[in-house]
Amino acid sequence: MRRSLSLTLALAAVLAACGGGTEAPSTTVAAEETTTTTVATTTTTMTPTTAVDDAFPVTVAAANGEVTVPARPTAVVSLSPTATEMLFAIGAGDQVVAVDDQSNYPAEAPTTDLSGFTPNVEAIAAFEPDLVVISFDPGDLVSALEALGIPVLLQPAAVSLDDVYAQIEQLGAATGNLAEAASLVAQIRTEIDEIVASVPDRAEPLTYYHELDPTFYSATSATFIGQVYSLLGLDNIADPADADGFGYPQLSAEYILDQDPDLIFLADTKCCGQSPETVAERPGWSELTAVKTGAVIPLDDDIASRWGPRVVEFLRTVAEAVSSLEPVG
Amino acid sequence: MAASVPGVPLPTRLRVAWLAGAVAVLVVAVALAVAVGPVELAPGEVLRSLLGLLPGVESGGGLTGTQATILYQIRLPRVILGGLVGAMLAGAGAAYQGVFRNPLADPYLLGVAAGAGLGATVAIIGRGAGLPPGAVPVAAFAGALAAVAITYLLGRTVGDRTATTLILAGVAVASFFTAAQTFVQQRNADTFREVYAWILGRLGTTGWGEVAVVAPYVVVAGGILLVHRRMLDVLAVGDEEAATLGVRVARVRWWVVAAATLGTAAAVAVSGLIGFVGIVVPHTVRLVAGSSYRVVLPLSFLVGAAFLVLADLAARTVLAPSELPIGVITAFFGAPFFVLVLRTSREET
Repeated sequence: MRRSLSLTLALAAVLAACGGGTEAPSTTVAAEETTTTTVATTTTTMTPTTAVDDAFPVTVAAANGEVTVPARPTAVVSLSPTATEMLFAIGAGDQVVAVDDQSNYPAEAPTTDLSGFTPNVEAIAAFEPDLVVISFDPGDLVSALEALGIPVLLQPAAVSLDDVYAQIEQLGAATGNLAEAASLVAQIRTEIDEIVASVPDRAEPLTYYHELDPTFYSATSATFIGQVYSLLGLDNIADPADADGFGYPQLSAEYILDQDPDLIFLADTKCCGQSPETVAERPGWSELTAVKTGAVIPLDDDIASRWGPRVVEFLRTVAEAVSSLEPVG
Repeated sequence: MAASVPGVPLPTRLRVAWLAGAVAVLVVAVALAVAVGPVELAPGEVLRSLLGLLPGVESGGGLTGTQATILYQIRLPRVILGGLVGAMLAGAGAAYQGVFRNPLADPYLLGVAAGAGLGATVAIIGRGAGLPPGAVPVAAFAGALAAVAITYLLGRTVGDRTATTLILAGVAVASFFTAAQTFVQQRNADTFREVYAWILGRLGTTGWGEVAVVAPYVVVAGGILLVHRRMLDVLAVGDEEAATLGVRVARVRWWVVAAATLGTAAAVAVSGLIGFVGIVVPHTVRLVAGSSYRVVLPLSFLVGAAFLVLADLAARTVLAPSELPIGVITAFFGAPFFVLVLRTSREET
């Protein structure tokens, strides 16, 4: 989870402020616009065309309002690891000049010392960016960059897959890679559908525990990651523990043992050195069904805490774990 | 609070009634904490199962396998650890208040918290570079001892070597370690939540392992402190006066600080920074039972244990099955409770 917890909190604040449509003033981009006013983000269905420079200036509706990008950006700075993954996945990688210290994927991303948590406007401006993408505004980052005439896209933590698609398409529009963005979204949709279809139905849904850290912080079905699990029909043991709908309750060890989840997913392998072995060594945990059946699945913390294109990989890992359990369960 | 501060306490023998009362409170707290939790275990069955542990008793407890695991591997060690940590923090707080003649002294006064915080933060971040998870308590322990050792050396070499110098050295060292911790933390913001959770304190992941780690320290440190309880009464008259009475002030202070620090560092290493216990418990005891350290010190251990056991009970049941940081509970319930005790005792006098 790492960074997305605080990001999710920030998200709640900006949700209301969003809406509006993606404008593509030039006629070269054939876009059929679907504007959702009730949801946070805009869904734009694209008829694939080669994006060209004269699509600009383009205006997109980011979480920080309407943002106009005057010309095809060639010096993008990303302070969001998720946005970095999206940018490279839609072929905008060569337009990216700098990414923040947490952006570790893909390998060719130009990682710098820039911080997305404690961003320094001067350090960002030193890259002379013509577009900055962030997932978190600690206070006045957006206004400070706008004061310098730098367009900023705020793309907070997704709460649904639709948000993911909208953010990818938004990045496509803002960087002049509309067609690639549209085809990436289509590909993700198809793969997710295939994975979901590949998992056999069960009369009794399997239960799972998604671990964020070794002190038993978890994520409920209301979170983005929880919704991905829900696609496969899994029941989250953390749901009853979240009366206030915060999304990230800290569970009692007693409760986890009592629930005895069918599956345990560890999203604290990199941060906190957890593994199926360390889980089995915890007091009392060797009694758990998941530990006995080998259904303790280590995840890549980064993939499990971002909402980028690799959500497909995450879903596939979960689906394989589900399919490998005996259907009788 | 001033009324409770030992000007010169009248050395008082610990009355059996007080001792029995404190023991009773602790027993009730432990019984409640064992019987109640986020998972319902029938108290009757728990009792039968526990009785079955006694040699020669065949009770045939009706707990299922999972229930027994929850009781013996999760709940019991957690209750016992809470008791040990609470006893240590409260006892160390009382000892610090005595040895420094300062009512605001708490076990973290000389830099234990800041040092442990830096150690834990470095170890948490270092896991990314391959440090094992078990390194966190070790690093916290080492950091705590290092900070206090520096404080002590500074306090001895600077100024007039009084208790005040030592406290000021502690303030400087704590600030420095806190700054270092914040810096390291800021450079690795992705570990923020874990470090934050550590700082708020928790007993949530406890097993018998932690109990085994802490118990020897608490026993040894507690023993040393209890042995010095009469000396602390003498120290209350002032360093020079105590010296004329034949007390080797520096030596007593060294032993008390060393024992309290060692015990606190061990407690902090397994449970994080649980605040408030070290101040509230000794003062409550003082207000109720008198300010002689022959009374305050032993009762603080017992009441501190009971207080933290109850605080942890609240931490795991108020929002069950989700948890609250125990540091929030100790302050949230401890502060009003303390004000209540303060008011009541004022009205009596």
